[in-house]
Amino acid sequence: MNAQESLHDSRRWKLWEPVFWLLALATPFVLGSHALIINEIAIVALFAVSLDLILGYTGIVSLGHAAFFGMGAYTAALFAKHVMPDPLVGLGVAIVLSTLFGAVCSLTIMRGTDLTRLMVTIGVGLIMMELANKLDFTGGADGLQGVIMGPLLGRFEFDLQGQTAAWYSLCVLLVFFILAKRLVNSSFGATLMAVRDNRLRAMAIGIPVTARLAVIYTIAAGVAGAAGALLAQTTSFASIDVFEFHRSADLKLLLVIGGIGWLYGGVTGAIVFKVMQDWLSSITPQYWTFWIGLFLVVLVMVGRERLIRPWTWFGGKK
Amino acid sequence: MLTILFDGIAYGMLLFILAVGLAVTMGLMNFINLAHGAFAMGGGYITVVLMQRYDVPFLVCLPLAFLGMALLGAVLERTLYRPMYKKSHLDQVLFSIGLTFMAVAAMDYFMGSSQQIVQLPEWLKGRTELGDGSLMLGMGHYRLFIIAVCAALTIALQYILTRTRFGSRLRASVDDQRVAAGLGINVNVVFLATFAVGSGLAGLGGALGAEVMGLDPSFPLKNMVYFLIVVAVGGTSSITGPLLAALLLGIADVAGKYFIPNFGAFIVYFLMIVILIWRPQGLFVRKGGK
Repeated sequence: MNAQESLHDSRRWKLWEPVFWLLALATPFVLGSHALIINEIAIVALFAVSLDLILGYTGIVSLGHAAFFGMGAYTAALFAKHVMPDPLVGLGVAIVLSTLFGAVCSLTIMRGTDLTRLMVTIGVGLIMMELANKLDFTGGADGLQGVIMGPLLGRFEFDLQGQTAAWYSLCVLLVFFILAKRLVNSSFGATLMAVRDNRLRAMAIGIPVTARLAVIYTIAAGVAGAAGALLAQTTSFASIDVFEFHRSADLKLLLVIGGIGWLYGGVTGAIVFKVMQDWLSSITPQYWTFWIGLFLVVLVMVGRERLIRPWTWFGGKK
Repeated sequence: MLTILFDGIAYGMLLFILAVGLAVTMGLMNFINLAHGAFAMGGGYITVVLMQRYDVPFLVCLPLAFLGMALLGAVLERTLYRPMYKKSHLDQVLFSIGLTFMAVAAMDYFMGSSQQIVQLPEWLKGRTELGDGSLMLGMGHYRLFIIAVCAALTIALQYILTRTRFGSRLRASVDDQRVAAGLGINVNVVFLATFAVGSGLAGLGGALGAEVMGLDPSFPLKNMVYFLIVVAVGGTSSITGPLLAALLLGIADVAGKYFIPNFGAFIVYFLMIVILIWRPQGLFVRKGGK
């Protein structure tokens, strides 16, 4: 196989992928009573894909990705409340605004060490949370209520069961997933991975590192904004919870469960994490964070590369 | 005016004691320990439990909080933390967040989620006022006590770090671990001792700060950001850096909350981002270190 073919190979759709997506799109039908959690999983998966773009493919450690998620959520909710209730237009506006916000924030992550970046991203997230808490038009700590969404495409009403919502989120997830897949398998994506692996060498072979970081951070912000907008639109509600620190931390956890630097990692991580969270919080409503914490510690002790490959657990190091 | 400055200094000193262990371990082992706040919480709870259930006097509780957390820190360093030093920063962040989650949920389980109250002894309550008008300086006795204790600790730490043999070993290990090991310094023991003392100081800070900052199981999550700000802004190569950063942060926080109550915390975060964009390595970087 020559180089061109091997590059094309990773871009090509494998046989199981359409099957996976068809199954995913069928779930709101088959598991109608679980449509709400399917909707949530789709949203979190989209959010995770967005984080994977910067963390897994570019190696930017961020603990404040919820800032863009929240930006999208509030934009979508405010737009629906004050301008027009059409979900798709709202989604578009939310994406544009959070992309712009991401472009501004990308200036903050250029310099310094991992710690600096960690702190700056946390700081941006907390500032956004303070703003949402204190500004008048965001509804403060009570959240933004009274958001009424119009029907999707003018035909499909959002029902209480959440089937429309689940389809809507799944479709948006699929669209962004396809776009992300094209992006990371393009030559642009290859330069991102070069930056992740060795920034100095990437610079030496002529990759404009700063520009690449800025672009991917901006794109990821837009995708996170889309996820936030979906949440606000399908729940008709936006609260400062969308900016919470634990949202960024959970997101990182689920991405690690699924495997970073792999687009399906975000999707599988979202499924596993949400189901696990649902299950644990039904057993111990108050203390489920303990088990999540224990899981994290064990995960790192065992090594996250090995956790998703059970056949390497026994027999020492490969 | 002066009262705000005074409260800010007291708060800053407290933050310094809480964060100095984090600064040293981060500089020494390049380890991002987000679970540092959990040690502070542990110290606070030791004090509360000892005082409420066993009637131990407050002044005896403080060293006990220090010792308890130092011991716990040493055990955890030996068992859990050591394998983490070589892992990537992402792993370290995940690991220590996991520990924090566990500590928060466990405290919630054993102690309940309500805010704990520390009963201060009589002689620490009350307030002295000097001067009048806009220059009036009102000093809460407890805050005065905090400043005194923290100042004494700072001087002691500075002395240990610059004048003793252990201090020079520690500085050598921070600057270059491999060369230090090559010169016959037992870097592992230096790590262990430093981690234990850092955790102990966090415990002491938690015990002292329980009255000022409030103590409930979400303490590590609420205050972690502040400790990290101190370390990120102050740099990890000295203890004067974190000290100045902590004082700056304390004063900015208290003043911000006083003058612009709506956006109090906002100012601190904004200040941090501006400083970190301006000086990504922190305000005070010693040249020559690694």
